[in-house]
Amino acid sequence: MDDTRKNIIQLIVIVVAATFLIKLFSIQVLDSKYAQAANSNIIHEVIEYPYRGLIYDRNGELIVFNTPQYNLTVIPKDVKKIDTTKFCELFQITRQEFIDKLETAKKFSYVQPSIFIKQLSNKDLAKVQDYLVDFQGFDIQARTTRSYASPVLANALGYVSEVSKRQLERDTIDYYRQGDYIGQSGIESFYEKQLRGKRGVHYVIKNVRGVEKGVFDGGKYDTLSVPGQNLVSTIDLTLQEYGESLLAGKSGSIVAIEPSSGEILSLVSGPSYDPNLLTGKDYSQNFSLISADTAKPLFNRPLMAQYRPGSIFKIIQALVALQEGVINRQTYIPCIMVPMKCHYHGPGETLIGAITNSCNPYFYNVMKRVVNRGVSESPFEDTRLGLEGWNQHVRSFGLGSPLGIDLPNEKTGLVPSVAYYDKAYDNRPWKYSNIYSIAIGEGENLVVPIQMANFAAIVANRGYYYIPHLVKSIGDSGQPLPQYTEKHFTTVDSKYFDIAVEAMANVVESGTGQYRAKLKDIEVCGKTGTVQNDPMPDHSVFIAFAPKDNPKIAVSVYVEDAGQGARAAASIASLMIEKYLLGGTERPHIEEYVKKGEFLH
Amino acid sequence: MSGRDNITNNIDWLTVILFMSIAVLGWLNIFAAVYDESANQSIFDMTLNSGRQLFFMASSIILIIAIMVVDFKFYDTFAYIIYGVVVFLLILVVFVAREISGANSWLEIGPLRLQPSEFAKFATALAVAKYMDSAGFRMDRLGKQIVLFIIIGVPAILIVAQGDTGTALVYSVFVLVFFREGMSPMLLILGVAAAIIFVLTLLVPNHLYLYIGIAATAAIIILFIKKRTIKKIAVVLAGALIIAGVIRSVDYVISDVLKPHQQNRIKALINPDADPLGYGWNVTQSKIAIGSGGFAGKGFLRGTQTKFDFVPEQSTDFIFCTIGEEHGWFGSLLTISLFVTLILRIIYISERQKWRFARVYGYSVACILFFHFAVNIGMTIGLFPVIGIPLPLFSYGGSSLWGFAILVFILLKLDSHRMQVLVR
Repeated sequence: MDDTRKNIIQLIVIVVAATFLIKLFSIQVLDSKYAQAANSNIIHEVIEYPYRGLIYDRNGELIVFNTPQYNLTVIPKDVKKIDTTKFCELFQITRQEFIDKLETAKKFSYVQPSIFIKQLSNKDLAKVQDYLVDFQGFDIQARTTRSYASPVLANALGYVSEVSKRQLERDTIDYYRQGDYIGQSGIESFYEKQLRGKRGVHYVIKNVRGVEKGVFDGGKYDTLSVPGQNLVSTIDLTLQEYGESLLAGKSGSIVAIEPSSGEILSLVSGPSYDPNLLTGKDYSQNFSLISADTAKPLFNRPLMAQYRPGSIFKIIQALVALQEGVINRQTYIPCIMVPMKCHYHGPGETLIGAITNSCNPYFYNVMKRVVNRGVSESPFEDTRLGLEGWNQHVRSFGLGSPLGIDLPNEKTGLVPSVAYYDKAYDNRPWKYSNIYSIAIGEGENLVVPIQMANFAAIVANRGYYYIPHLVKSIGDSGQPLPQYTEKHFTTVDSKYFDIAVEAMANVVESGTGQYRAKLKDIEVCGKTGTVQNDPMPDHSVFIAFAPKDNPKIAVSVYVEDAGQGARAAASIASLMIEKYLLGGTERPHIEEYVKKGEFLH
Repeated sequence: MSGRDNITNNIDWLTVILFMSIAVLGWLNIFAAVYDESANQSIFDMTLNSGRQLFFMASSIILIIAIMVVDFKFYDTFAYIIYGVVVFLLILVVFVAREISGANSWLEIGPLRLQPSEFAKFATALAVAKYMDSAGFRMDRLGKQIVLFIIIGVPAILIVAQGDTGTALVYSVFVLVFFREGMSPMLLILGVAAAIIFVLTLLVPNHLYLYIGIAATAAIIILFIKKRTIKKIAVVLAGALIIAGVIRSVDYVISDVLKPHQQNRIKALINPDADPLGYGWNVTQSKIAIGSGGFAGKGFLRGTQTKFDFVPEQSTDFIFCTIGEEHGWFGSLLTISLFVTLILRIIYISERQKWRFARVYGYSVACILFFHFAVNIGMTIGLFPVIGIPLPLFSYGGSSLWGFAILVFILLKLDSHRMQVLVR
């Protein structure tokens, strides 16, 4: 017999062996997929969530802190032979829910843990802990959730929730992962980077049954979590709580600022909500309730509500006119009720009297002098030039654009400009007689309560301000963000502010504010405002600072639909000043009047 | 010259060295497969598979010496009796066996647990050799062929009855032996073609292409036949019809003949990713373990996949994973080379036999080794369905090691006496 058959058999052996070696080379050397799969088989990522930074008030009282909370997580790969009936009974879910949740988890990852049931309470945890060993693939993951010492300041603090899909998509540096928490509004959002800290990861090795067999590669790739930075807020928690109690049941805002630093002492928005509602297990349910509320508790009025400035604007008009040299403190203008009506106060006023008594025709003339200087023959052109200069002055008071407070969503307000009227009049000519209602703070002017509080601080400081802010110290630095240590001057000389201060002192001493804003031991400077709000009752507005010399607090108060500024707003502002400077009011009847809330009668 | 000197002088030491090397490498890898860092156990620990394997290795040396001292004519003379005893044991097993992992193939004699199916291989090889060596045997006689298929069929059927289909499939490899001894290659070609078409049927959803392919192949073969006789054309057409019949039978075989776990093994071969946690688990994990070894491997005792039990049956059927993971492609090359050298050496030894009995027996040994080698490694890297047969000399298991020791050393015994045999 020849060798053919022997050779064929040998060839078969060699061909098979060669096939094996080629296949082995391809999976062992050429394809790195298997090496990765081997790693993902044994390496399990354990995330160590950082502590989110705490928030203290200006006196060191804790406002926001963390409380532990427990999530039930699942690794679908490890779920084997579990008693579903028992599981569902224990965690009080239906069988269908169980299947759906597991399916969702599988879609996320087969081998990575994902949250199965969120935020078990301590009680639930105690109940299920002993049974966990029977449910392979399930584990408890400790997280922390936000808690609030007092049910106040909700809109300023904001809330924290799980990062949304859209936020994940926008997160280009891939900091966040599904299930991470992120500040959604307020300080929590603005200071997210400082508060969030850094996630830690360690890698452990587990065998096929999920039993831990040590750390991967000696812990070479492990990172420790870094807690977030604590913040010291400028808020005075006691004052804040007091302000919220005063504004309870009303719509409006209270903003109190320390003029010498721009630190916001309290930021009250009414109506509000208890921040503890937007944390923990019932977050979603509560959030939909709160956001559907027609009273808009999520609307942060101090920053987002825009009103006409009303009479308060007359002080700015006076300051601009003084700076421009078109009036002085002795300038007398008769109150002839034309072209604007006025309330009865006398036949005419000099500057301080005009502010004290809020004379409308006086400021009609003051602005006319600022705007119409006779620079141009044409009254139209003249007004344009004049308004341009006026606009620059007014804007230097921090109006017409966001102040830059450390909260999101600040509104701009409006200081009408030449371009604004060109657009409004569709490029038809306009002159002062078309726009004069802005002279007394009506018309197109718009301001935000925080801007008015800042304006009170400007007068208190006699001409400058620090951007109002809510955080005075980040981490251990003892410093706020750098932009908040920078002085901003108005275009009006400091000397003219003395007249404004004097006028505002007069308003409280003997003018519109004397009944409800005057205090026995503290010289309060203020100005009432009554913002027309047809057909509803007017908004009650009051700005103030105190004491007159070396002021410690500047306030703006807006109470919607509450009539004259001298009533609701002036009362609240003076109570806030008393509370801050004296620790409480000496006028319980005023407090009672405010809490009763019947301002229109 | 005494008998013993005769043996030591004439024994094929290369085969002995290859045999021992593979066994020792297997032993080291069995230890690696069961190794647990935290447990601080020694390779000699009798509670571990590696300790027990060492005992099996030592005892097989006694077995080998026994084989060597028995007169070489014994195996020829007693071939049918040995075959008869083993068949009896296989029948016995069917009735009194202990079930271990789905198969009833174990016989317990006191503390000893034996798998008669492992010994049936050498017994069948002896019987086949004896029959083919008998006077008047002619490979081209249909009657003789039928007897041969009965000889290999009886143990195979009994082993299937025990539930160990994998081991039973080993007997199909005797076809290669028959081919070497002059059987028409038709059966071999048909067998291979049927296997290929079986897998293709599973892979190609539209069977029409397969029919067209078969028709085209048949046409080409007929065109290239030098002397076209009616008989030859008829044979080709009949072959084509049989192959086409395989396509028709696939669904039936898959769903009615194979058991569910066997169906899954075939599905896993076609597409292991379809259910990586279910029926694809073994193949997927086995490939991951081997594939993660890279070129040089992770190092002895440093494999993670086998150590942490991701690979099933890691010291028996999937022992090759340990090689692949800890010693990489280089270790695989070495292991495969050792096996190929051993098989080729045994073929070489068989070819130098003048006695047909010894040659047929030798080929049987080579082919059985080859079948185990090919199917076992093939299944670990996803080229064959998972058929639970061990890697010879390498996998953990006493019966398997003894079975292969007997198989190989009877041949070496016969070979050492090849000069004393008169050619018939």
